[in-house]
Amino acid sequence: MATKAGSAEVSQTAGPTEGGVRRRDFLNVAAVSFAGVGAVVAIAPLLVQMAPSADVLALSTTEVDISKVQPGQGIKVSWRKQPVFVRNLMPKEIAEANAVPLSALRDPETLAQRTKPGKENWLITLGVCTHLGCVPLGISEGENRGPYGGYFCPCHGSQYDTAARIRAGPAPKNLFVPDYEFNTPTTVTIGAKGK
Amino acid sequence: MSFSWAKPYEPKHPFMRWIDQRLPLPRLAYGAVGGGYPVPRNLNYWWNFGVAAGLFLTIQIVTGIVLAMHYTASADGAFNSVNQLIMRDVNAGWLLRYAHMNGASFFFIVVYIHIFRGLYYGSYKAPRELVWMLGLVIYLLMMATAFMGYVLPWGQMSYWGAQVITGFFSAFPIVGEPLRIWLLGGYAPDQAALSRFFSLHYLLPFVIAAVVILHIWALHIPGSGNPTGVDVKDEKDTLPFHPYFTAKDGWFTAAILLAYAIVTYFAPNYLGHADNYIPANPLATPAEIVPEWYFWPFYAILRSFTVDFILPAKLWGVLAMFSSILLLFFLPWIDKSPVRSGSYRPVFKRFFWLLVIDVIVLGWAGGGAPTPMRNVISQLAAAYYFLHFLVILPLVSAFETPLPLPKSISESVLHGETGEPAPAVVRPRRTKAATAVVE
Amino acid sequence: MRFILGFIGAVFAGVLLISLISGVATYVSSPPAPLAAEEFHKPAKPLHLASDGPFGRFDERQLQRGFQVYSEVCSACHSLKLVSFRDLKGIGYNDAEIKKIASDWKTQVPSINPDTGEEATRKALPSDTFPPPFPNEVAARAANNNALPPDLSLITKAREGGAPYVYSILTGFQNQPAELLKKFPDAKTPPNLHYNPYFANLNIAMPPPLTTDGQVEYQDGTKPTVNQMATDVAAFLVWTAEPNLMERRQYGFAVVFFLLFATILAYLAKQQIWHETHEAEVVPTGPLDPENQAKTRRAKAKAGVAG
Repeated sequence: MATKAGSAEVSQTAGPTEGGVRRRDFLNVAAVSFAGVGAVVAIAPLLVQMAPSADVLALSTTEVDISKVQPGQGIKVSWRKQPVFVRNLMPKEIAEANAVPLSALRDPETLAQRTKPGKENWLITLGVCTHLGCVPLGISEGENRGPYGGYFCPCHGSQYDTAARIRAGPAPKNLFVPDYEFNTPTTVTIGAKGK
Repeated sequence: MSFSWAKPYEPKHPFMRWIDQRLPLPRLAYGAVGGGYPVPRNLNYWWNFGVAAGLFLTIQIVTGIVLAMHYTASADGAFNSVNQLIMRDVNAGWLLRYAHMNGASFFFIVVYIHIFRGLYYGSYKAPRELVWMLGLVIYLLMMATAFMGYVLPWGQMSYWGAQVITGFFSAFPIVGEPLRIWLLGGYAPDQAALSRFFSLHYLLPFVIAAVVILHIWALHIPGSGNPTGVDVKDEKDTLPFHPYFTAKDGWFTAAILLAYAIVTYFAPNYLGHADNYIPANPLATPAEIVPEWYFWPFYAILRSFTVDFILPAKLWGVLAMFSSILLLFFLPWIDKSPVRSGSYRPVFKRFFWLLVIDVIVLGWAGGGAPTPMRNVISQLAAAYYFLHFLVILPLVSAFETPLPLPKSISESVLHGETGEPAPAVVRPRRTKAATAVVE
Repeated sequence: MRFILGFIGAVFAGVLLISLISGVATYVSSPPAPLAAEEFHKPAKPLHLASDGPFGRFDERQLQRGFQVYSEVCSACHSLKLVSFRDLKGIGYNDAEIKKIASDWKTQVPSINPDTGEEATRKALPSDTFPPPFPNEVAARAANNNALPPDLSLITKAREGGAPYVYSILTGFQNQPAELLKKFPDAKTPPNLHYNPYFANLNIAMPPPLTTDGQVEYQDGTKPTVNQMATDVAAFLVWTAEPNLMERRQYGFAVVFFLLFATILAYLAKQQIWHETHEAEVVPTGPLDPENQAKTRRAKAKAGVAG
């Protein structure tokens, strides 16, 4: 039970008044909010460290030498650890692609939209089927190119045409065209935003 | 929890009642760290270090888990994964690595203060013997975890520290060398050792967390001790944990974090050793092999046995080093004084401070090269350590005359029942501790 | 049981005593011979860099000069394997300059011939780390009298003494003093080593790398004395060891001030809560406690009252 003071120290509080209650709550609220802010700020590095590190970001572009790719040929290169198909289209293939009406396409795009102006023969797309991610066939000599003469995905039967647009099968979209730019007529940097 | 006046958990909000009927975790929390856990009102700041230890365990686990997302546990790649990838390329990687490195040091600082609090205030005595022993188990697990963690960056000290510490086991006759090879998975620390140390280093902190839960549970049965060592008698002696001790722990924790931040941001390599920034080289031993500072006292004890006597010196060193921790398990039976707190045991108190100085001296001795002078000091300090616990303490506790204890905690805080100031004439003090009764 | 434990304690203490006596006896009867290294080794010279102290900042110009010294002098033997060319952005180079530094670098990166698959080399890219001057340790030792020039990426963190130590080594080459040879005739510097009192065992395998002023021509016009070059490369190596130093300190100030404020607020909140206990502050001050007993004893003694 409370007793008189004496040699003990007692704080002479008169008990919480209206102002005292507000002051007490304010201090507590302030202290707890500070702790809360601190906790949130402390979480930031834990989340940020999962974002791609500087070495991964540095490899976000890849330079490709296309001097040896003849019309009708294609090569498969690696960009951001994924396959990219670089194909040199023959005039016959370009004509075939341009002849298709947009209404017949699941994902309507013209060949011109998928290539650079003046370089319509160079078709550079990700080699990843837009269905569930397999690598389609057709980029290398002798591989099955499917009935539309482009690419064919053996996993579930998606068929792409000469402009790598989806024509049949379960894939919803055309093969993805990444950012790229021609440094010289014979080298391309994939991943770089063009002018 | 056995205090009858502990406030019962009474959830008002219907959602809280719904949870309480199905999985009473909020009730558990309320009774452990909330308004429902009465705590002696007279705790001083030496009682804050248990919570601080829990804080650093959490910090280590969190920073450790995110570091493991980038670390490569291969002898070829480990050093670069730490010093190139994490320190340079991972976003905030430098902060996480330095936080984890210095978090270990602060974890030990806080735990050592916590242990010495226990030694001074008799926290190891009945009925808290198991709390004490579980705490020692936590300490041993911490040492294993810290040792294995230090090996992971695969620097020179990582490698040679692993070599030396696993080398201890070969001191044991017959089984020693096979045991060492079994532990390492090879003849010297290499890929096999590194992989298993990584696996166990990730595992043990969770084992520590489980033992911490047991440690707190065991404590909450009798309730916390207090600086007088006198048991809680009634409601006057206690205050609910929340808000009094949550507030007290809160501010003190912020102060400790401040110290931790200053070290981590402004002197992150001060407590470490430069040689660990050199990649491990099994063919070249560093000029001096020393463990991290928190192992220095034990390293001093290990090295202080320099002469063969019946047993080889190396074996004496290993036995003494392990014994120096194992003897602590026996403390509740070595020190049988019924008076808990050093505040009321003047002879014990003096020896306690001698022990503190002794451990600091041992720490200094273990941190440097074994010169002749350092050896002599190690030997004297190590001898005192064993004599203190195994010879001096039992004698002191049997023969000392303690000061009379207050009748209760609140009496020691309040003024005595008559409310008078301290009388000028005082009864003779030479009464037996167990029957200290003052009219 | 206490007797067993006490006995064990006495045994440990006894064996320690034996070790102690034996050690002292050995020391007295055959004191250890003094070593040349102990007597003639010098602690690192003081070095003051712009980045020193909690408020220090990197001097970008100096770091670039230091990088120039590294490229033109040190990189002949010392690798910088943990630093990528793209990191040079941190000392003020832009993307184009970095691309040029990388592709002009005298050592190329191992790769394979894309047509034949044979081993080949290619020019470095900004995303590469600095290619080492020697492909492996064996080659490095073969070219350096069996000594291995250490990688310099972390050197200022990997040596007690840090940047001042590196600076002292670079500027500390001298002739072996006659005094040393007189006292320790066996400690003559062996032919393939060089005397340097700042190195732990006095004789270092590295020949003095900075011998004359003007070895490097600085682009910013600073006079390239040996001292200046050594200082600049030491500053550069502080950066290679800790490229995030400035960021670390900036965050440090923010966090420390925040925590200071939070601690004060939390302390005031705690005082507020505890003052609501209408009881005495928690200090044992009853008549039975040691402090009051001591007070009473003193009062008694003063008053001459018998107890």
